[in-house]
Amino acid sequence: MCGIAGFYGERAEAPRDAALVGRMLDAIAHRGPDGRGVEVRPGAVLGHVRLSIVDLEGGAQPLADEAGAVSITFNGEIFNYVELRNDLEAAGVRFRTSSDTEVLLQLYLARGEACLDLLNGDFAFAIDDRRRGLLFAARDRVGVRPFHWTRAGGRLYFASEIRALLAVPGVEARPDPLGLADILTLWAPLPPRTAFAGIFELPPGHRLVARGGEVDVRPWWRPDFPTLAEDAADGRGEAELREELAALMREATRLRLRADVPVGAYLSGGFDSSATTALASDLLDRPVSTFSVAFEDPEFDESEDQRRVAEAFGTDHHTVLCRGADIAAAFPEVVRAVERPILRTAPAPLHALSRAVRASGTKVVLTGEGADEFFAGYDIFKEAKVRRFCARQPGSSLRPQLFRRLYPYLPGLAAQSPAYLRAFFGMGLDRTGDPLFSHQPRFTTTARCLSFLSGDLRAAAAGYDPLQALRESLPERFGLWHPLAQAQYLEIAHLLPGYILSAQGDRVAMAHAVEGRFPFLDPRVIDFAARLPARLKLRGLREKHLLREALGPRLPARVAARPKQPYRAPDAAAFFPGAEIPYVAEALAPPAVAAAGLFDPGAVGKLARKCAGGRARGTGDSMALVAVLSGQLWADGMAAAPARPLARTA
Amino acid sequence: MTHAIEAEIRAFIDENFLFRSDQDAIDAGASLLETGLIDSMSVLELVTFLEGRFGITVTDAEMMPENLDTIAALTAFVARKTSLATAA
Repeated sequence: MCGIAGFYGERAEAPRDAALVGRMLDAIAHRGPDGRGVEVRPGAVLGHVRLSIVDLEGGAQPLADEAGAVSITFNGEIFNYVELRNDLEAAGVRFRTSSDTEVLLQLYLARGEACLDLLNGDFAFAIDDRRRGLLFAARDRVGVRPFHWTRAGGRLYFASEIRALLAVPGVEARPDPLGLADILTLWAPLPPRTAFAGIFELPPGHRLVARGGEVDVRPWWRPDFPTLAEDAADGRGEAELREELAALMREATRLRLRADVPVGAYLSGGFDSSATTALASDLLDRPVSTFSVAFEDPEFDESEDQRRVAEAFGTDHHTVLCRGADIAAAFPEVVRAVERPILRTAPAPLHALSRAVRASGTKVVLTGEGADEFFAGYDIFKEAKVRRFCARQPGSSLRPQLFRRLYPYLPGLAAQSPAYLRAFFGMGLDRTGDPLFSHQPRFTTTARCLSFLSGDLRAAAAGYDPLQALRESLPERFGLWHPLAQAQYLEIAHLLPGYILSAQGDRVAMAHAVEGRFPFLDPRVIDFAARLPARLKLRGLREKHLLREALGPRLPARVAARPKQPYRAPDAAAFFPGAEIPYVAEALAPPAVAAAGLFDPGAVGKLARKCAGGRARGTGDSMALVAVLSGQLWADGMAAAPARPLARTA
Repeated sequence: MTHAIEAEIRAFIDENFLFRSDQDAIDAGASLLETGLIDSMSVLELVTFLEGRFGITVTDAEMMPENLDTIAALTAFVARKTSLATAA
């Protein structure tokens, strides 16, 4: 786990270009505090900052083959590198180090692009291949590790984080109106777009080949599901599948405990992270170090369940208490880490958590991310199912009552009349054939944020519909899948990489040089999950049915039986505790809003007054406030010092 | 009287839900839900405002889009409730 940066293009010259890539690495120094390397090659410069986890002595990068014809800079982990190395050695390949980087390089030399299919890992890398005169870059299946690129001066520049690209002369930090429209509707930009104009993301499961002046980007992996008919015809027995899943998860966890440093675990108190903690405890001969966020506000706090799990498995447990004031204090640094506006404060507690992990001396943590997407844990899947159920009897006043059961933790919903429950969740009921049907209420609520954009940005994005762009990005087979699989795809292909694994994942963890590992995102686990029939994922309104059956017996009864509770943190209210927070007041003041040019000062003023007056209660207002505040901080950072590295705290 | 009611309702929606001042006025017959101005929580804000400002009580049975989802419906609803209160 590390950070990468560099460029591909002719006329690479030492020492000038080594210094340039050095400046790019400075911007992402937080990702790799244990070492750095720059290699100037005839047509490329590769750079690397290192967080040492595997082969502490011999794992330095960039790493070239013996002839020097092919060289790699790599961020991530190849968890099955031991098995791949054995296969390569059996075929006669000799290794100089014991690193997974060299395994990846040799596998590329042996197999070319087809090496990707064999990798069980989280990765983003670039290989300069002088034999073929090209740069080959790739990103893991679901987008755990980031990869950004841009063009300037006839070169292709790439880096783990955008801030490194902004260190390149000629690359400007300018907002992309369409990228912002995506965020304010869909929570994340639709790749390859980012929030920055002219700077692109390599989408998850894609590879990039640059040769001469040409850049070719293509998918090498996409999520796929059975057709509706195949789903219905799947008669496989639950008991057998349950055992298979338990074995797969054990193996996925075993591979992710491979490291030359201790591996800890995040523990939210929910089912998924409790399950990974249980699996790790079974596999390790020492207590697992677990790390949790506790909230002062009981509405969000799960520390009781965290304590139960920690006690059940005898973990070395650490808790970070997060108050509203902590969220507000950390938020500017969080926005710098995520490099774009965000709609929720939820990344902030995770930012604090990774700091605590690092301070304890742990560099690697297992987390439970991915289970909700692949095994159908999110409320939105149940919501869509109930909405389809309501659509069959549009006049029913009883069916909409089910929505209250879906969201018992939302006090506002309990007060709604059946007529309004039906009206609100019924939006789009006449459009059950729309591929975005499952997410329509969420997107409609989120899109209210668009009305805060400045006149200039609205004009620049006029005619652009993020929902239509998302529809057009869907695979051809999408319409053949079960409705649950369609909803899962929207989460897996968009929200998971665009928000969960980045804003709540890589960015806030790597801000403190902590590597997250995700047993539920093991390729064999996700292939298994994707082939499951819907009835074994969402049974009635019981989420993650098969997963609960497979891993629940190992957990404390209360945690095993607990319905899904989404991870939430205090949002807009955190910024209006009563006494004015100076940076918040400054960022939302009309002159600052007008100067940044992203939002409409009058609209922001009304929203800020509503929030400050304690009148903002809805999700929409809260999201809008967090979006505007983060947008202002983001714009401020771009204007001041876009390539400035994150603060070093460890 | 309905003009005064409508103006107050418009002002409340403008300040709390519409935010922007450079947009065209909302059509009195436009659905607040479908135009994205109101979500499930905003309905409660709206009801709280109506009860506080006009001294009426909105029963559970009256909390339905037919009464609350357009400016025209809101105005008629408040006018009906206040005239009933006056008559009583």
